[in-house]
This record gives sequence, C-alpha cells and structure tokens, in this order.
Amino acid sequence: MGRSLKKGPYADPKLLEKVRGMNSRNEKKAIKTWSRRSTIFPDFIGHTMLVHDGRKHIPIFITENMVGHKLGEFAVTRLFRGHAGQQVERRSGIK
Amino acid sequence: MARIAGVDLPRDKRIEYALTYIFGIGLPSSRRILASTGINPDTRVRELTEGETSRIREVLDREFRVEGDLRREFALSIRRLMEIGCYRGIRHRRGLPVRGQRTKTNARIRKGPKRTVAGKKKAKK
Repeated sequence: MGRSLKKGPYADPKLLEKVRGMNSRNEKKAIKTWSRRSTIFPDFIGHTMLVHDGRKHIPIFITENMVGHKLGEFAVTRLFRGHAGQQVERRSGIK
Repeated sequence: MARIAGVDLPRDKRIEYALTYIFGIGLPSSRRILASTGINPDTRVRELTEGETSRIREVLDREFRVEGDLRREFALSIRRLMEIGCYRGIRHRRGLPVRGQRTKTNARIRKGPKRTVAGKKKAKK
C-alpha cells in the first residue's frame, strides 16, 4: 500500500522548486498544478494550490494537517449529481 | 474480581483469551504480555494471583494503549480526515466505504440497511 521509506516522499520536482522559490522570496501566490500525485511537503503550508480535477482547478489552502497527503486527495474527480428522480435534499453540515 | 484496564472481567476463560476482551488487545499482544510477565497462558482468570494481575496491569499501563484512550485516538484521526476535506474524510462524512470498495452492491456495513428505490428494475437472472 504505502510507498517505500527508502525512497522517501515524492513530489513533482518542478512544483517543489516553485514552492521553495516562493518561500525564499516570501511570496504567496496560488499555484496552478496538474500534479495530483505530489505529496504535500511541510514547505507547502500556508500556500494555496490550484489542483486540477480533470476539468478545472480547485483551490486548496494547505494546512499543517494535510502534510503527507497527496494533492489529488483534496480535489475530487467525480461529479455525482444524484440519481434520476431523486429529490434533492439540502444537506447541512456536509460540505 | 479480575478487573483490568477499566471494565473488563471475563472469568472462566484462560487468560490468554480473556485478555483479548480488552479493546486494543488481540491474541498476539495477549501472548506477548503473558510471555513478558512469565504467566502461564493456561491459567484461568479466577486462578490468577494478585501479583499476577498487578503485573499484567503494569505491562498494560506501560506498553499498551487500550479502551478509551485507543478509541479516542481512532475518533481523532477520523475527525482529522474529515476536517482537512480529503477524499477519505469525505467518504467518512458520507458514510460510504473509505478504501475503494465497490458500492454498486454490498457495502452494507457502511451504508446501513437496504433502502429500496422505487422504479428500480430487478436484476435478471
């Protein structure tokens, strides 16, 4: 299931570079990315990532709790509008 | 009589298995405890001496997370998943299976009792 510890966590080098560059320049700008497979590194905290869901980019603000997850986990790729003839109920509390 | 880690007291069983009544202790942990305290796994719970009981307690306190603490840990990690809005958290919120199982059929443990949908055709044999 998990990735070998020997290899360490993976993130797209390009993305990582971009974030580190922004950190050293103390910049905060949303980064558009298609790299859903990248692990969230501690360097990402406080940034907003625009993660591609196959159609558009979903803004995700990275918090400390998210470190270690992959970017793709936060941008759901499936759009489910409910079954035919199902009345649409207002959900509260569920985001 | 034998009350270890809060509320658990199975009586006539061998301790090897009796210990597994504690949430967080399975057979392997149970065997490890008994080996490290030098207690014969075949002893019945009611035959345990005071000393043996307290030795078990000591090991449990030192090395294991059981019952309430463990349940709290589980609940907290699930809450974390839900709060950060990741896929697994969303599945938890929706009450659907979290680990990629199919939901076209089955998944009844997570989804609860069947809710029949009107107008849905039965599968042909």
